[in-house]
Amino acid sequence: MVELVFVLILTIIAMFTGSFLERRHFKSIREREEKYGDILVISSKHVPDLPTTPKVTLVRGSAVISVDYFKRLLANLRMMFGGRLGAYETLIDRSRREAILRMKEEADMLGADMIFNVRIETSSVFKGKGGNPGSIEVLAYGTALVTKRRKARATAQAA
Amino acid sequence: MILTTLEYVPGARVAKHLGVVQGSTVRSKHVGRDFMAGLKNIFGGELKGYTELLKESREEAVKRMEAQAEGIGANAILNIRFATSSVTQGASELMAYGTAVVLKRAEPPADG
Repeated sequence: MVELVFVLILTIIAMFTGSFLERRHFKSIREREEKYGDILVISSKHVPDLPTTPKVTLVRGSAVISVDYFKRLLANLRMMFGGRLGAYETLIDRSRREAILRMKEEADMLGADMIFNVRIETSSVFKGKGGNPGSIEVLAYGTALVTKRRKARATAQAA
Repeated sequence: MILTTLEYVPGARVAKHLGVVQGSTVRSKHVGRDFMAGLKNIFGGELKGYTELLKESREEAVKRMEAQAEGIGANAILNIRFATSSVTQGASELMAYGTAVVLKRAEPPADG
């Protein structure tokens, strides 16, 4: 009985912390997506002809994000009936966006204005009870192109 | 050393192909990180320790790949890909591979 109460309390706490953290994360993602909106992320392999010869650099971004206990419970219930797993959808969505943002941040530090041939890889890091994914890792990587145009603007912003 | 996921480098041509180079590391998590990750698994959120661990491991894999390419006299690695596979419970292999080439610049790079 005591155990059951303990689990129940933990679940309720997880429900609040989980959705709070998620909301805060989405807010921060939206803000940064706006901030780095001028860096183009393209999955094409072919670079169009540019006025200057760009410098190429490999850039990466990754994030490991975990879903909370309450959402995992919801997902487990949902799995009995089938259908959309909303709890995991938001987890994967924010992990991908976070990984892409981190890659963009790295590109921004280099003064790059576009990233080509972007690839995204997802793997589950950690298996919970019953083989459910507890947390996922997303890696985004691509080739940042540094042209002169952006370099000038980056220094103008710093000044 | 030029690293890229593209199949070519703008403004340069491939003078010589040197074949596939690869670098990999096998890492496992340690107890402290595991404990924190256990807590995070209840409350949700980012597992910063893991993100760091995987980032460092991938850097290591890239470094090893670079060292191999340097050893055979390449100055660039094209078409780089990353792969992850789990070896046993709690340990995973992170791998980077690409094609080592000798590039010749057609004109100087953008930053001179």
